[in-house]
Amino acid sequence: MAQVISRGKSNSVVEIDAQGILTRELNMRLREIVANGTRKIELRNVYGQRYIGTDLDKPVEIEIFGTPGNDLGAFMDGPSIIVHGNAQDGCGNTMNSGEIIVHGHAGDITGLAARGGKIFVREGVGYRAGIHMKEYGDKKPVLVVGGTAQDFLGEYMAGGILILLGLSLKRGENHRANYIGTGMHGGVIYLRGNVSDFQLGKEIGVAELDEKDNLNLKQFVGEFASHFDCDAKEILKDKFIKLFPLYLRPYGRLYAY
Amino acid sequence: MKTYLPPKFLVERDPARCIQCQVCVNQCSFDVHYYDAEDDEVRSHEANCVGCHRCVLFCPTNAVNIRGNLLDYRENYNWRPEVIEDIIKQAETGGVLLTGMGNDKGQRIYWDYLVLNASQVTNPSIDPLREPMELVTYLGRKPDMVELGKGSLSLKTKLAPQVRLDVPVMFSAMSYGAVSINVQESLARAATESGTLWNTGEGGLHPKLYKYGKNTIVQVASGRFGVHPEYLDAARVVEIKIGQGAKPGIGGHLPGEKVSADVSRTRMIPQGTDALSPAPQHDIYSIEDLAQLVYALKEATNYTKPISVKIAAVHNSAAIASGMVRAGADIIVLDGLRGSTGAAPKIIRDNVGIPIEMALASVDTRLRQESIRNEASIVVAGGIRNSGDVAKAIALGADAVYIGTAALMALGCTCCQQCHTGKCAWGICTSDLALTKRVNPDIGAIRLANLLRGWSIELKDILGGMGINAVESLRGNRLALRGIGLTDTELEILGVKMAGG
Repeated sequence: MAQVISRGKSNSVVEIDAQGILTRELNMRLREIVANGTRKIELRNVYGQRYIGTDLDKPVEIEIFGTPGNDLGAFMDGPSIIVHGNAQDGCGNTMNSGEIIVHGHAGDITGLAARGGKIFVREGVGYRAGIHMKEYGDKKPVLVVGGTAQDFLGEYMAGGILILLGLSLKRGENHRANYIGTGMHGGVIYLRGNVSDFQLGKEIGVAELDEKDNLNLKQFVGEFASHFDCDAKEILKDKFIKLFPLYLRPYGRLYAY
Repeated sequence: MKTYLPPKFLVERDPARCIQCQVCVNQCSFDVHYYDAEDDEVRSHEANCVGCHRCVLFCPTNAVNIRGNLLDYRENYNWRPEVIEDIIKQAETGGVLLTGMGNDKGQRIYWDYLVLNASQVTNPSIDPLREPMELVTYLGRKPDMVELGKGSLSLKTKLAPQVRLDVPVMFSAMSYGAVSINVQESLARAATESGTLWNTGEGGLHPKLYKYGKNTIVQVASGRFGVHPEYLDAARVVEIKIGQGAKPGIGGHLPGEKVSADVSRTRMIPQGTDALSPAPQHDIYSIEDLAQLVYALKEATNYTKPISVKIAAVHNSAAIASGMVRAGADIIVLDGLRGSTGAAPKIIRDNVGIPIEMALASVDTRLRQESIRNEASIVVAGGIRNSGDVAKAIALGADAVYIGTAALMALGCTCCQQCHTGKCAWGICTSDLALTKRVNPDIGAIRLANLLRGWSIELKDILGGMGINAVESLRGNRLALRGIGLTDTELEILGVKMAGG
């Protein structure tokens, strides 16, 4: 059974030992705790429970020790989650707002269709990360990946900012991903480290950074560095390239009317 | 390049009746009619005519008629006029042929080869005008067994969320952007008044329509447009759209010019950009992945709403449906070969997918064989034309049906198949504000509610004629059907006996 320990001023921090608790029960517990006004939760011994952070819709802070399951923060609106470990597939799926910080790596479709919020992954991400991210009004999703990514990074991307730092690569080593930004029609990808032309989708262009890009990088690499205790200046010293969509309507000329 | 395409329609204007009032000029959104001030005469660019008949209906003196331009090509069963015209169109554009509405080809419509039963002598028929007749249907997962409280009639079993329909006919998914806000408002109001549901499609929910949430199905599709917590919370049912009968396996593509300021607000994407819905949902590559999204949505709505999963009817529908039920879907939707669309490649629309009758029969049979039929409701869509089709679908195993084209026809659609152009003269499938106001939601809601009322009465007549007084008794009752002119294989798949047998 779940061990719930409340501590801090007027039980402001709630700690849950998630060992042996199934997904649905754990999330039910989180809903109750958040409804009671708790704004900081620590989850210990998390082993694969899914959908943590979904349907909480409050600016609550959740610290996870262990390995959360798929769809961490799916459809999330508001919470900020810190994972001391790895995240699995679907981290930040269709997220609306909030923040996910992963002290490890994250799996496939990290940030799929996210419309807002920020995701920071210290190490690498799997396939199809940042696919179909989109932005609207003041909502602009940001995904910063410390390591490298697998294929289809930022495919169909329609908005937001995706930063791939390549910190795990040796000097001169290429990024792993092929088909980067295929079908991209909005947003921007900043990439540190080498890529060859054949790794890029047909619908994107490569450009040098301008003033605004440098500001973006300074801000989000700065945040990355402060989350993971590394030196932003050191990272920013290296060359970045900008990948941007060549067309707002990549598939606008296909049809006979 | 000179076009080799002859006009598809001819405009006949009776000079004795025409008063040069120019109503036709103003009504036509395809620039067919124009006024020649010099000659004080209304004339036509016939090549532009799509045959929607808006001008015919609105001409105050009945001066205008539209006729098909039936060309006497040399007769050829293989190279029919449509085939020739399509080739010319592609030779002149190099593009994919786009079209709207559903498959208009001659594949067999099985509803027309199925007939219903009625009581004679051995079992009295019932007159629904004088006796109660039940059309109420509950959608959602049903338990394997129910337990009653000790010594009382209260239910001890905790039921999964159920949705009550007063009539087993719902309005299909038609997104804002594909259809206008006035159309959606008409559907939402008619659904509310008639005790049924309408479906947002994948275009988000306009703020104006949140108040109809109790009668709203919201869709989560591959583009995830306009999906956020309030959207999910507002709905009665959340539907995951995997596929659509008009274009199985194909993504959606709302062109940038249709993404107006208001559409952009509802879809939550910048104005003027294409809204691309990828062909698959990239978090669903397997039944296990589907289960993950089904439960993500159950979590996101705290297990308060049924989760529906919609697929296009394809070859392996029965096995797929079994997987969908096991993945946690509370409602499964099958959209058949004749399902409609706001835009699809014509070659896909007309050639991909299987008839809904076959898909429904095989899915219902399969779920029964696996003893999981109770775990999900079945809803079918794609070409349902009247209450006879509805009754036959229910007898084949459906819990309810979706209607799309029939609903739009109630609002004026004449099926000219130009939805993809965004120029709909009836103001239905367009975001042009001058056109959208042609659908008045006050009147639209009445027309739609009238249609459902008419079908309800007819359904009750059909049930009464069979001597049964609840639609529940017709559901999956294939003995109520007989086939005519069908092969043994067709009868076997449909699970229906030959007429006379």
